[in-house]
Amino acid sequence: MLKEITLGQYFPGKSVLHKMDPRMKIILLTCYIVFIFFTKNYISLAIMAVSVLGVLTLSKVSPKLYFKSVKAIIFIVIFTSALNLFYGTGEPIWQWGVLKITQAGINTAVFVAVRIIALVLISSVLTYTTSPTDLTDGIEKLLKPLTFFHIQVHEIAMMMTIALRFIPTLLEETDKIMSAQKARGANFESGNFMNRIKALIPILVPLFVSAFRRAFDLAMAMESRCYHGGDGRTRMKVLKYSKYDFMALGVLTVIFVGVIVCNVMLPVTIRTGM
Amino acid sequence: MSLLEVKNLSFTYGTGTAFEKKAVNDVSLSIEQGEFIGIIGHTGSGKSTFIQMLNGLIKPTEGQIFLDGKDIWENPKKIRKVRFKVGMVFQYPEYQLFEETVEKDIAFGPKNMGLKDDEIKERVASAAKFVDLKSELLKKSPFELSGGEKRRAAIAGVIAMDPDILILDEPTAGLDPRGRDVLLSQISSYHKSKNNTVLLVSHSMEDISQIADKILVMNKGNMFAFDETKKIFSKGEEIEKIGLQIPQITKIMIGLAKRGYKLPTDIYSVEQAVNEILRLQRV
Repeated sequence: MLKEITLGQYFPGKSVLHKMDPRMKIILLTCYIVFIFFTKNYISLAIMAVSVLGVLTLSKVSPKLYFKSVKAIIFIVIFTSALNLFYGTGEPIWQWGVLKITQAGINTAVFVAVRIIALVLISSVLTYTTSPTDLTDGIEKLLKPLTFFHIQVHEIAMMMTIALRFIPTLLEETDKIMSAQKARGANFESGNFMNRIKALIPILVPLFVSAFRRAFDLAMAMESRCYHGGDGRTRMKVLKYSKYDFMALGVLTVIFVGVIVCNVMLPVTIRTGM
Repeated sequence: MSLLEVKNLSFTYGTGTAFEKKAVNDVSLSIEQGEFIGIIGHTGSGKSTFIQMLNGLIKPTEGQIFLDGKDIWENPKKIRKVRFKVGMVFQYPEYQLFEETVEKDIAFGPKNMGLKDDEIKERVASAAKFVDLKSELLKKSPFELSGGEKRRAAIAGVIAMDPDILILDEPTAGLDPRGRDVLLSQISSYHKSKNNTVLLVSHSMEDISQIADKILVMNKGNMFAFDETKKIFSKGEEIEKIGLQIPQITKIMIGLAKRGYKLPTDIYSVEQAVNEILRLQRV
């Protein structure tokens, strides 16, 4: 059951996206997110949507996995879209009591849905094609300038690495503990709300105990290998930009310029601040 | 009628994904009341998946399991009843302890069965006795116990449900040699006094050969062999071919037989071997 969670999971592969530098991927992802919200009419939205689909194909990760990550948030999408659908201003196309649907409402609903889905998909691309270590390496490098403000960038990155590293371990552990308690007749599936909360105690207590045990063990192991933070630490794999990174930068710049041009030249479909 | 009958049991992980893997492939066997069965196989040979199907923690993708002649998945709502009848001790069971006191933790299973308080008390006491937990330990927090005591407390938690079949997955993993011997003899005497059925998973042939009546050898999800202990070791060389260790003494006997001595090769204990060799000298 818990094994089905794919969020934040890495799928090794040899696609162009796998070969890209994590720093470039993070930067481009950030730009993507900004530009997804920058779209103001259907043409620019279509450009973004198509380019997202293009990136997904390039990643060579099974479409089923992307489908799964969208499935996880489909209720949020439906809920927010439905809410926006009834909140538009202007001439109602359809009305029933206080509920009314306007052209502007339909527009916002479509934009919200496409934007959220695109957002989740493009973020999944980053985690699916970048190993957690590469990802945190990239984040650490990108945040390096913040050390100027006495922010412990290395420590933050290390914490993220450890957290990411232990997500699958803890999930597996939860699965095991659940099986063990089920074998002793624990019942998670039925009963009222209070009973279900109580049923969690036999899982949570052992889980916390083991999380602390692992934390102590890890701290001990790091200390005995003389870990003392980021100062003077060198890397086995030094991040380097390759031709793929510059190609990706080029292609996406063209797409982003396209979006800006569409926004400026064509009539605005949805007004911001509505 | 057999106590437990397994028919064409298969289990496939992650059907329809890239990770699809057949963990258990078409296993059929039957287990009689009172048998002590050893299960052996490599990591990933499907033994853990197999035993988890026996008490309904995993639903088989194909095949059926009959307990007392009834299909355990006939009524999925009653699967908890099956779990009380087929007790399961997982690997490193000490990580499932959670209650304030050892006593309460052992009582968790019986309580879930809906037993009365005085019966629960009785069961906790007798289960603690089987694994040799002193009564003053019962009032302590399970987190204050030593590693070996925790392990035994966790096993008592399953024994307290008084299952018809007790399954133990590598109960001796991580214990020192002495702790291992003590635990194995406790399990063995539990089996003898209750005369119930025990399934013991282990990767140590030496351990299993000493206490099991029958042995199930799993290899790559398939049932490689299921027979009486003696007969299993007559296939010693085949078992070695799939990469499993056979007891040292069996190896010696096979080696001697190869060198022309007229000795049986289905020997798995030192006493048997001594007798056979002495017999040969007398001739």
